[in-house]
Amino acid sequence: MEYSLSNLRELEAEAIHIIREVAAEFENPVMLYSIGKDSSVMVRLAEKAFYPGKVPFPLMHIDSKWKFREMVEFRDNYAKEKGWNLIVHYNEEGYKNGIGPFTHGSKVHTDVMKTQALLAGLNKYKFDAAFGGARRDEEKSRAKERIFSFRDKFHQWDPKNQRPELWNIYNARVQKGESIRVFPISNWTELDIWQYIRLENIPIVPLYYAKERPVVEVDGNLIMVDDERMPAEMSAKAKMRKVRFRTLGCYPLTGAIESNAETIEEIVEEMMTVTVSERTTRVIDFDQEGSMEQKKREGYF
Amino acid sequence: MTTQNLDIKAFLDQDQKKDLLRLLTCGSVDDGKSTLIGRLMFDSKMIYEDQLSALERDSKRIGHAGDEIDYALLLDGLKAEREQGITIDVAYRYFSTAKRKFIIADTPGHEQYTRNMVTGASTANLAIVLIDARYGVITQTKRHTFIVSLLGIKHVVVAINKMDLMDFSQEVYEKIKADYESFVAQLDIPDVTFIPMSALKGDNVVEKSERMPWYKGTSVLDFLENIRIVSDRNFTDMRYPVQFVLRPDIDFRGFSAAVASGIISKGDEILVLPSYKKSVVKSIVTYDKELDQAFPPQSVTVTLADEIDISRGDMLVHPDNLPRVERHFEAMLVWMDEKPMNLSTQFYIKHTSNTTKARIDLVKYKTDVNSLEKMPVEFMQLNEIGRVVITTSKPLFFDPYKKNRQTGSFILIDPITHNTSAVGMIIDKLDSKNLASRITDVDKEKIAAGQSLIQTEDYQNKYNQKGETIWITGLHGSGKNELAFSLEKKLFDNGAVVVLIDGSSVRSGLSRELDFTPADRDENQRRVAHICKILNDQGIIAIASFISRNDSLRNQLAEIIGPNRFHLFYMDATLDYCKNNKPELYDLIEQGKTQYLPGIDLEYEVPQNAKLVFKPEENSQNIEKVLDYLAANKVFPHH
Ligand SMILES: Nc1nc2c(ncn2[C@@H]2O[C@H](COP(=O)(O)OP(=O)(O)O)[C@@H](O)[C@H]2O)c(=O)[nH]1
Ligand SMILES: [Mg+2]
Repeated sequence: MEYSLSNLRELEAEAIHIIREVAAEFENPVMLYSIGKDSSVMVRLAEKAFYPGKVPFPLMHIDSKWKFREMVEFRDNYAKEKGWNLIVHYNEEGYKNGIGPFTHGSKVHTDVMKTQALLAGLNKYKFDAAFGGARRDEEKSRAKERIFSFRDKFHQWDPKNQRPELWNIYNARVQKGESIRVFPISNWTELDIWQYIRLENIPIVPLYYAKERPVVEVDGNLIMVDDERMPAEMSAKAKMRKVRFRTLGCYPLTGAIESNAETIEEIVEEMMTVTVSERTTRVIDFDQEGSMEQKKREGYF
Repeated sequence: MTTQNLDIKAFLDQDQKKDLLRLLTCGSVDDGKSTLIGRLMFDSKMIYEDQLSALERDSKRIGHAGDEIDYALLLDGLKAEREQGITIDVAYRYFSTAKRKFIIADTPGHEQYTRNMVTGASTANLAIVLIDARYGVITQTKRHTFIVSLLGIKHVVVAINKMDLMDFSQEVYEKIKADYESFVAQLDIPDVTFIPMSALKGDNVVEKSERMPWYKGTSVLDFLENIRIVSDRNFTDMRYPVQFVLRPDIDFRGFSAAVASGIISKGDEILVLPSYKKSVVKSIVTYDKELDQAFPPQSVTVTLADEIDISRGDMLVHPDNLPRVERHFEAMLVWMDEKPMNLSTQFYIKHTSNTTKARIDLVKYKTDVNSLEKMPVEFMQLNEIGRVVITTSKPLFFDPYKKNRQTGSFILIDPITHNTSAVGMIIDKLDSKNLASRITDVDKEKIAAGQSLIQTEDYQNKYNQKGETIWITGLHGSGKNELAFSLEKKLFDNGAVVVLIDGSSVRSGLSRELDFTPADRDENQRRVAHICKILNDQGIIAIASFISRNDSLRNQLAEIIGPNRFHLFYMDATLDYCKNNKPELYDLIEQGKTQYLPGIDLEYEVPQNAKLVFKPEENSQNIEKVLDYLAANKVFPHH
């Protein structure tokens, strides 16, 4: 017998180790659940970590109140089916004041309904550790993020004050009020995530798969008409197009891509060609409608 | 679409099986590190796409981008930082081929970034050491290689870069190779491979270069894809450091852990540390299925046949293969903190899933990372690497780092800032007999610090005595306690203010957690010496009766108390006398039930500088001798 693990199984083992370590070392951890594919993988890993027991900490979704309806529906059904202890937290005041991307712009919306809501949620329950599903390969600036990322009393990240992280020994000591963000899937790439979803049959929000959807083109982005809060003059321009989403968030801020990918295999196939194409954006800004991978490639080579 | 679908499925099924290689790149500025990494990342995507498109019927040919691309730009993160002067850190980069996924720890090469490189090296299985062919083996190359060997990386690829600037000359390559080989011989790196390369032009990076026909080896990527690393793991010594006790209901009690090393199988007899209780592995549980065996780095949950009390930090092992269970060990330490080492700090030590407290007893030397010379130092500072002796308050279950990276590594956490102050690699336990006495210069400094407002003369006048210490050394059973007790009584009766400290009173409280190893014996007496010092400072005479086995220890006790206040008396009894007088302990040691008794299995050095020497048989005269001595030295009475 060859005692070796595949890349995915090794990443899985690493993540389970990290998740257990947090459960053992912190008094009051929480797992941030964004409903996206990365968090779905992360939650599965948590379930694995404590099997046959239940996950010993709550999940928390920070609801900006502008998520796609399908996301919320998926969240509620799935959480119920799985019996998760799910906290849904949102900024009540912001919600009452009608803060939203269409009226207040994306910056204010993100700050009030996402960032502030998150901090308030963490403070409210006095969580001392919060799992996030971020990956290091997402963008350059994350390449140096720790797995245990230290935050001061104000939840601030000080790049100069990050602790060295060696082997798989994690320093989990915090003073009262300080906390740690933990990224158990730091070492996963987007391809790993898709492969794992495929391997493990992890349910994901259907928005990831291509389907005819009503979309409006705004500054080269394809924005889906998800509810009546979209200004009428905007939604009037909607056309049905076959699109899917590579990431999920607030629907007015999340652009779709035109695609035919209806299965994970097809998504991966598209994704891998996209990866190559991404570098072409360095040279020419292709961030416009319908160009798709093929066009990008033609434009580049 | 359908055929294509099948193909992509087959491709993904294949891709899913690939394994993971973690590597470290090291080089000085401008050696071509970014260019190499950029090219590996870029070209591997291309390979991927080639492969993928080969699956498609209408296989599209992908043109290469031409020579003008600056690959380094792909990861200019670090460069930008350097310009902006932001902290330079370890960056992790990812790329895959169909055979393997790679995680590159990309670390800067300057000496001031030694700690970053150490961090990157800690998880790597392989290191690429870049050398600029124009300059050959330079100081930095040696520093990087030293760190690589220190962190136990077994495979090194020496990438001799910029061969295009040296006409792809075999001579240049051979010279550098020979230089490196002669240097690396003194380090412990089992597998070194040399590859001549041009990162910029792509020679021997992904494809084998035609411009160096004399080179018979493979390209860098080819090498990385095919090197066997599984066998680097320790599959021999089963170590299962319990991380989490899983108790979802009363019927299930599981112990979760990442297998650190070795293989744990269903049905195995196991032994639990530190309780030494035994049981049998009933099942190995995972979410997916029960396993018959688990191996590193799997994270599993084990249930046992018996109800034994086990908590986080305990370790399951095979009864015939135990790790070291020790409180004292030597380690190579890398100092990571801006705040320099302070020998009086009591750190938290985190080792596997176990956390306890630790003190650094002493720094044996630091290694100059450039010359590899060993230099004596008192303490360590940021980025320094040195050999230290550490004592923990609870025993750790460890193996030497060389044998076991998982159970041989630890971190030290500052008790106040909670920073990771240092990281260490255990060399081995310290043979207790050779353990350096833990009385350090730091103690001396501290002694100098405290000052009372009452003058020494005030005490002397009030008590009519000098606050000094009578320290009686001698073998176990030599009769020193008898002398000490009668002396205390006599002095008290004569009006002196006197305190007697003997082993049993200290052992029952103050030194309760210490055992009788040489190091702990010394520690016990260090504490007593401090008490004597405090008493003497307040004008009180102290009588201490301890074996105090050698001059080195006794001199250090004198240092603590103050050499002028320390009066060493020696009770000179024969071993036969001692055995007769107090046989219990001597019997035990003969039966092998205990160890470390000076005079038997530990050397007892007869003191050369004792102020008085007694025979136990003459105890009544002995008291008189002491009283005369004290009077002559104006200890008591003082006036
Ligand atoms: N001629 C030549 N130049 C190279 C080679 N590799 C890197 N360079 C150049 O050396 C400089 C430094 O390279 P870079 O990758 O940034 O080095 P780093 O500081 O080690 O990351 C750049 O101008 C590169 O284009 C090579 O193989 N041949
Ligand atoms: Mg660079």
